[in-house]
Amino acid sequence: MIRLGIDVGGTNTDGVVLSADNEILASTKSTTTKDIFSGIKQTLAKLMEESKLNAEKIDVATLGTTHCTNAIVERKGLNRVGIIRICLPSGSAVTPLLDWPQDLVDQLDPVTLLIHGGYEYNGEPIAALEESELQNAVEKLKGEVDSIAITSVFSPVQNEQEKYVAEYLSKAMPEIPISISSEIGSVGLIERENATILNAALMSTIRRVSEGFQQALEQEGIQAKIFLGQNDGTLMTNEYAQKYPIYTIACGPTNSIRGAAHLTNEPDAIVVDIGGTTTDIGVLANSFPRQTSLAVEVGGVRTNYRMPDIYSVGFGGGTRIHREDNGWKVGPDSVGYRLMEEAKAFGGETLTATDIAIAKGQVHFGEPDIASFKDLPVDDIYETMTHVVEEAIDRMKTNSEDATVVLVGGGAALMPEALKGASKVIRPAHAGVANAIGAALGDISGTVERIYLLENDSYENIIENAKAEAVKNAVAAGADPNQIQIIQLEDFPLAYLPGQALLVKVKVAGPLKI
Amino acid sequence: MKWLNEEDIQHISIGAAVLGTGGGGDPYIGKMLALSAIKKYGPVKMVTLEELEDDHFVLPVSGMGSPSVLVEKIPSFDQLTAPLEAYEEAVGKKVDVVMPIEIGGVNSLIPVAVAAMKGIPILDGDAMGRAFPEAQMVTFHLDGLKPELVTLADEKSNVVSIKPADGIWSEKISRQITIVMGGSSIVSDYGISGKQAKESVIPDTLTLAQQIGALLTNERTAKIHPIVQMLEKLNGYKLFTGKAIQIERKIQGGFTRGKAIFEGSDEDKESTCQLFFQNEHLLAEVNGKPAAITPDLIAVLDEETGMPITTEGLKYGARVVVVAFPAHEKWRTDIGIETAGPKYFQYDYEYIPLETLAKEADQ
Repeated sequence: MIRLGIDVGGTNTDGVVLSADNEILASTKSTTTKDIFSGIKQTLAKLMEESKLNAEKIDVATLGTTHCTNAIVERKGLNRVGIIRICLPSGSAVTPLLDWPQDLVDQLDPVTLLIHGGYEYNGEPIAALEESELQNAVEKLKGEVDSIAITSVFSPVQNEQEKYVAEYLSKAMPEIPISISSEIGSVGLIERENATILNAALMSTIRRVSEGFQQALEQEGIQAKIFLGQNDGTLMTNEYAQKYPIYTIACGPTNSIRGAAHLTNEPDAIVVDIGGTTTDIGVLANSFPRQTSLAVEVGGVRTNYRMPDIYSVGFGGGTRIHREDNGWKVGPDSVGYRLMEEAKAFGGETLTATDIAIAKGQVHFGEPDIASFKDLPVDDIYETMTHVVEEAIDRMKTNSEDATVVLVGGGAALMPEALKGASKVIRPAHAGVANAIGAALGDISGTVERIYLLENDSYENIIENAKAEAVKNAVAAGADPNQIQIIQLEDFPLAYLPGQALLVKVKVAGPLKI
Repeated sequence: MKWLNEEDIQHISIGAAVLGTGGGGDPYIGKMLALSAIKKYGPVKMVTLEELEDDHFVLPVSGMGSPSVLVEKIPSFDQLTAPLEAYEEAVGKKVDVVMPIEIGGVNSLIPVAVAAMKGIPILDGDAMGRAFPEAQMVTFHLDGLKPELVTLADEKSNVVSIKPADGIWSEKISRQITIVMGGSSIVSDYGISGKQAKESVIPDTLTLAQQIGALLTNERTAKIHPIVQMLEKLNGYKLFTGKAIQIERKIQGGFTRGKAIFEGSDEDKESTCQLFFQNEHLLAEVNGKPAAITPDLIAVLDEETGMPITTEGLKYGARVVVVAFPAHEKWRTDIGIETAGPKYFQYDYEYIPLETLAKEADQ
């Protein structure tokens, strides 16, 4: 099975082709283009040329995309969202979007409605749905919104009302996509509602991304099965991604950490991904990205997804170097994808981190015009740059011992051979396309979401059975049974059912068995 | 006297969740309730115990029930003030100052929301110096006071007043009412005079929570890890470092009950830690031996940032540090241990102070 992985970042579009035994057949790096898809097309063309493969040979094409993340962070191309919370008479003391950044709210241009309903923890309704409120919702939303997000109190326990309201609105507005919270998140009303609203806001973005990727593949004659990478390192089908674009959020750092793991075979390391604009630092623990146990904010919005524990600093190849009254300052702004036009080394006017690394002799790139750098304190500036990364590495450590550091990303070459706090610094071959490798190597997952009865079995047995079944599902979908790990495990007692019912959710994942 | 700003509230929510020992509610919900009320009704003034007049009428307001319910079923504004209004009507006088009954992520900030709505100050102090699961586990009870009147409200505009015989009955009856109300209610009890407050209230605990929250928020990049700084400030001990591998949790009898098992990492590799909770963490065992016992405080913190993780918020795979702090001296008395010690919660241990357990573990 031949796999193709593409990762579209803010600065670079990376691509890689992997053989059946995960050998790298071709890898390439193109500049991300403003329209994004000509960048993907360019990458695909280069990959096909380099690998000399027939396009029909490619079985699987995986896209790791930052489009959805960027749409939220940059507040661009978001849908107008109708927000319905089924909660009254509860919930009025904390209304939807209360702590969202105002500029993001302005972009969503939301219509927000609180209606009667929702459930108690035991599945009894807090209140019944009211026909008049549903009619009113149709009137308020029709023509005013592009998509709808519906959240009810305790819908992870009982989602009948969410489904009913979604169907009701869908009948009146069949063209409008609807997201319901029970399919998006777990217990925690505000975080689940936030994720559902973001999901609804991304409907057009994900459609553009997927259509563009499909077109680019078609133009190269590639008829592979299309997957998109998720933030937990697993893959989802294109059809699934259309309904749940929120799951693509933050898949970039996950992919680069996983790519680094594949390239080095190091089970434990600090992975430093230096791009054009930012450096993302993550931790590889037992061959998996270390995850944060805290609520993660996406573009200033609180969610309760488990995300890789990433610390980002504004440093990359395109980082501007500023002259200040008392010395030189590194970043945090960057020329981004305009590096090739704007950096001094390439004939531009802006002094960047790449220029300093060239002047220092760290990066070799043609014949640098040393004369233009001779008045600069290159050593000092280079030390400052290095220090920015070293400090960030230090921050991600959980003990004071020196750690293995793996440098990946387009800017990996900027750093010296040794770093403070690193027992060794590894710069693997193909480091520049680690995230595309991570995308291509996305895991196959298996899930179980089922109600078990505690009166029939012990808690431990139930959990073990659920895990075993999830593993079976993952293996059936193609995962390697020897490398499966649990990535999510939750249970919630359902007091409304007899026999001490327990709702168990398990997700396991492992690499594709070869 | 001090006006609480948005940053203070953020810090109180975090610090209170540490002192809330896993209970007392999700700090995010607490923060949102307070900020939402302040945004709508205006700022809140915090007063110290010394600033109270002896004849002031001081009333605690808090959330009762399972914190797992509160993260889904959020109160309405009317519900927040209904118990106070019922209390005022029954005793025939206006409340001058509200106070938190306990220090927890939500319960230190519900009274801030109520203070904003009523335009009255909040007292810098509480009746536990931490969070406990049951209504009689308050310094008022230790000092021989009775709740006299208890008022409860739900979001459906049900308001219930009871005149319980004592603190224990207050817990039993109001817990049942809370269950009927859907597992979560807003409560006022132990309305007291400023004079009595000065005798029984543990002072300056909101300020302490605010300082801890500021420390965890601002010292992330400090040379000394914020957890270490916090342990020093609270005379605490680090009990365990590890990863959550099993969490058994249910909403039962109006509480979130269960246990969590952690597998050790770093210096605790090969060790396991078990935490037992009833809303709050009550007992920590490392390798089957007690490491901290109620009424001493047990908190679970995110390993990297030191941010507190509540019992309802703990997830499989979370990497944590388990820490413990000595309880306020009022809890280490005979009546304190009888009220909130291990025997009360049916754990088969005698209370041993944290410092003694830590010394034994070192040997």
